Amino acid sequence: MRSNVSEYEFIAPGSLDAVLALLSAEPGAWTPMAGGTELMVALGAGRLEQRKLVSLWGIGELRGITASADWLTIGAGATYTDIRENAAIAKEFPLLARSASWTGAIANQNRGTLGGNIVNASPAADSPPVLLVYEAEIELVSAQGARRMNYSEFHLGYKRTVLRPQELVMAVHLPRGHRLPVEYLRKVGTRNAMAISKVALAGVGAMQSGKVQTVRIAAASLRETPARLSMTEAVLVGHALTSDRIQAARKALLQEVKPIDDVRSTAKYRAHVAANLLEEFLNQMAASES
Amino acid sequence: MRDATPTRIVGTPALRKEGFGKVTGGARYIDDIVLLGMWHGATVRSSIARGAIKDIRFGAGINWDEFVIVTAKDIPGANCIPLIVDNDQPVLADARVNHPEEPVVLLAHPDKARLHEAVEAVEIDYDPLPAVFTIEESERQQTIVWGEDNVIKRFLVEKGDVDSAWQHAAHIVSGEYRTGAQEQLYIENNGVIAEWSDADGLIIRGSMQCPYYVHKALLRVFDLPAEKVRVIQAETGGAFGGKEDYPSLIAAHAGLLALKAGRPVKIIYDREEDLAATTKRHPSRTRYRTAVDKDGHLLAMDIQVDLDGGAYATVSPTVLSRATIHSAGPYLCENIRVRSHAWATNVPPHGAFRGFGSPQTIFGIERHMDQIAKAVGISPEEVRRRNFLAQGNATATGQLIRDPIDLRGMMDRALKVSDYHAKRARFARENATSSAIKHGMGIASFMHGAGFTGSGERYLNSLVGLEADASGHLTVLVSSTEFGQGTNTMLSQVVAEALGLSCEDVSIAQPDTNRVPNSGPTVASRTTMIVGRLVHDAALALAGILREKNLLSEEFSADEFRAACAAYTAQFGALRSEARYQPPKDIFWDDAKYQGDAYPAFAWAVYVAEVAVDTRTYAAEVVNFYTVQEVGRVMNPVLAAGQIEGGVAQGVGYALYEKVVWKDGRMSNNQMTNYIIPTAADVPNIEVYFEEMPCEHGPYGAKGLGELPHDGPAPAILNAIQDAAGISFTSIPLLPEDIFLRMAEAPEPECLEIVGSAKGPQ
Ligand SMILES: Cc1cc2nc3c(=O)[nH]c(=O)nc-3n(C[C@H](O)[C@H](O)[C@H](O)COP(=O)(O)OP(=O)(O)OC[C@H]3O[C@@H](n4cnc5c(N)ncnc54)[C@H](O)[C@@H]3O)c2cc1C
Repeated sequence: MRSNVSEYEFIAPGSLDAVLALLSAEPGAWTPMAGGTELMVALGAGRLEQRKLVSLWGIGELRGITASADWLTIGAGATYTDIRENAAIAKEFPLLARSASWTGAIANQNRGTLGGNIVNASPAADSPPVLLVYEAEIELVSAQGARRMNYSEFHLGYKRTVLRPQELVMAVHLPRGHRLPVEYLRKVGTRNAMAISKVALAGVGAMQSGKVQTVRIAAASLRETPARLSMTEAVLVGHALTSDRIQAARKALLQEVKPIDDVRSTAKYRAHVAANLLEEFLNQMAASES
Repeated sequence: MRDATPTRIVGTPALRKEGFGKVTGGARYIDDIVLLGMWHGATVRSSIARGAIKDIRFGAGINWDEFVIVTAKDIPGANCIPLIVDNDQPVLADARVNHPEEPVVLLAHPDKARLHEAVEAVEIDYDPLPAVFTIEESERQQTIVWGEDNVIKRFLVEKGDVDSAWQHAAHIVSGEYRTGAQEQLYIENNGVIAEWSDADGLIIRGSMQCPYYVHKALLRVFDLPAEKVRVIQAETGGAFGGKEDYPSLIAAHAGLLALKAGRPVKIIYDREEDLAATTKRHPSRTRYRTAVDKDGHLLAMDIQVDLDGGAYATVSPTVLSRATIHSAGPYLCENIRVRSHAWATNVPPHGAFRGFGSPQTIFGIERHMDQIAKAVGISPEEVRRRNFLAQGNATATGQLIRDPIDLRGMMDRALKVSDYHAKRARFARENATSSAIKHGMGIASFMHGAGFTGSGERYLNSLVGLEADASGHLTVLVSSTEFGQGTNTMLSQVVAEALGLSCEDVSIAQPDTNRVPNSGPTVASRTTMIVGRLVHDAALALAGILREKNLLSEEFSADEFRAACAAYTAQFGALRSEARYQPPKDIFWDDAKYQGDAYPAFAWAVYVAEVAVDTRTYAAEVVNFYTVQEVGRVMNPVLAAGQIEGGVAQGVGYALYEKVVWKDGRMSNNQMTNYIIPTAADVPNIEVYFEEMPCEHGPYGAKGLGELPHDGPAPAILNAIQDAAGISFTSIPLLPEDIFLRMAEAPEPECLEIVGSAKGPQ
């Protein structure tokens, strides 16, 4: 433990309203802590700058997973275990169950939350690419009210989001009834478990009459934020998946990604493997109609 | 002892002595121990690789009066940790620092939470000096950082006449191979508690392998007589060599703080500090130039071994020795020359790690054998078969193999259990057509010398003791330590077997230099063979004492033994026997020429790796791993298999995952999120097969086996990757990023040369 815990304040008001009131009274003074699987790591390493922490753990309003006719709503406080165990997610949004299954280990999955993963805003995080291809919406809440937007608008830059200091993420909404026939998700980590992505690619799509009708592709660890690969998508929509087209898509991907060299991997490797994963996904697309 | 007399307890899966305490949380590790009035210590370390210390300033914002502060000036005796080379590693850097993370100042405070910011507030000013960080930079000798030439130690081994052999060669094959640093990554970080009193002197409790190494070091540092230093091993959560020499340094630190504070001081490293500051496996570069005839027989081997020793000698001379002796592999060759060097660099000293130099050179020779096979046009198994050592042959140091060995039989078995031929044929077919995942098989055959190298055991002159109480319960007195490998269980089995008792009748005394004799360090795969044998002798001696007093007959039951102990203690008091190491008569070693019997015995092995290389992610994964080994008598099949499986897992990490990222001599990925070791999901199915050929030196025919399994996996895996992907990789760790560079770009030529090459050692 490289921090002196006596220098930190940690409170648990116990209800959503109380937390929101606190955040509004002193905007920016308090940092919410859900599962703590990001913040406690920073505390242990002596690099947690925020000294005042307010607990979200145990606040029921944030945790449920509920379905309406058009939306499946996942509370920001839902853990990976909650997600893995939910039948509706398994059936309608299986990529999310899968990404939850390989996030950290069982102990992390019992504590770590979807909201924490999104707000921590690591470009390498496992949930965002899946939320992007499922066209999720995100709901933010403060004492002043709530707002809802496309999740794709949430991330602004490296570890920067639209979240205001007095706001919490309330929930993520997934549109029901639009499941596409081909779904793809592959994480390339530093090992098979307990690994942070070196690159990950999520894709969903449909073919019609030998041509790409719809395709959505998103990636982790390829840009400063989790990102949809819209240039690549544009190269594909309306076209047959010939080897030339696949090469063109690879090229588009390489143009729109900006991976970096870091302690975990190299930019070159990341870009090249992402293109290989794209090709693997497109081969699945091509095979899906036959 | 060579006859395989049937045994009752040896050879059975006796339960681990300390297992219950560990599983139920009863085991008390050093950080579980709290002494009255104890303070906490922390270490201020150098931030640069090399330079003169100009000034040490204690920054504002901290009430320094609350702290006890120790610098080199506070050391009562010598400012060095003596191990092999005198005046070697300082306890605290004084005028200058020679590597990053070198200890400079020590702090103690009653509140552990206050130490981190205090450490950060100590500012050290330096006049930086040029530093060297690699073998290449050190051997260039432009910047001298050690002695006159940067050479910590060198060896020359010569057999036959290498220089005349080249002209007869059908093929000359040269290659260069590299291995990286590797962290031991014991689960429990390093930690020590020191107590000082004027009456008793210094008492050290800690996580360690070698209590008497710590004892010896502290006598010098504190200038104390032997009876004024007491070292006690606490329960130790893994070591793998990583707690061989470094605990002496931490014990000295805690001792200095305790002396100055006048109260007990505990120092526990956190993972980041442990990774950045303590020892790792020596990085290596080996170069092989070999002459072979048209059938693949080795005619000559010219071998160059270079290790990166780090900033101080510590154990580098002995690591280099083992690396040197193992570098020719388990092969017969009449003309061998090995030139080896341990080079000084300005990185934290590299140290002991399971295998102790041999994984480095066995990686070199076993990768190289596959290149020879390619050059000659025979299979990897055939080139090995044709060159295997046999009984009556002489090794590189001229050691005559007297014991029976059966490497060819082990090769047959390894190929059979791995279904090698069928799989290889199938993979060759499938790899040609399937695009995504390529499969391959690779072999490594190797040996590992048990016990200290050369005359080491003579110098150690180990002593063990055995005590019996009136109830006939026995206590083994050894300084050999348990740190997860099963030492205590094995020693109990030996005593129980020898005296017709059960393991429950035997306890192992806590290693405490006030109570146990010096049975030597717990290293070098020596504990079962050497110490186990001494404990066996002590058990027989104890029965002999009882017989001398006519209390026991030749044959006796457990009850008769107990009755004899009761009678003896009533009449004569304490019942205790001893046994001291007796050098075997037929073993000779010449330290000057580096010739002779390097080890009393070798364990032998043939390993087969089956890998899958994913051409989309460039990741190599080990799918199956088959191990056949001959380790003499297997004392405890469960513990022995555990040693093999664990060693293979560490070897998989060494080959494919574990990369120390260096930045100006400092490990920059000193966290478990970024220093990647394999998880259970990355470790292959491992199959373990033992051949048992009882050896005359160990108890009940046992040899050493603890280090052996770390030697073979890396070359077997890279050989398999070559089989799968057709690319010869020569360097580990081999990460997907490295495979990508070769696979995604144009295929490069193989790293080998056929006749006429001039490269390689000259
Ligand atoms: C050993 C280990 C392995 C890991 N493996 C993975 C992995 O494989 N993949 C992966 O993606 N991540 C991994 N993580 C990271 C982490 O577990 C996840 O990011 C997790 O989802 C974080 O959630 P949390 O609730 O624990 O976050 P916390 O630590 O509680 O919070 C993280 C951030 O989110 C903010 N926050 C949390 N909830 C809200 C909310 N409702 N509204 C506003 N702000 C909020 C906090 O203020 C903080 O800034 C791992 C972590 C560890 C320790």
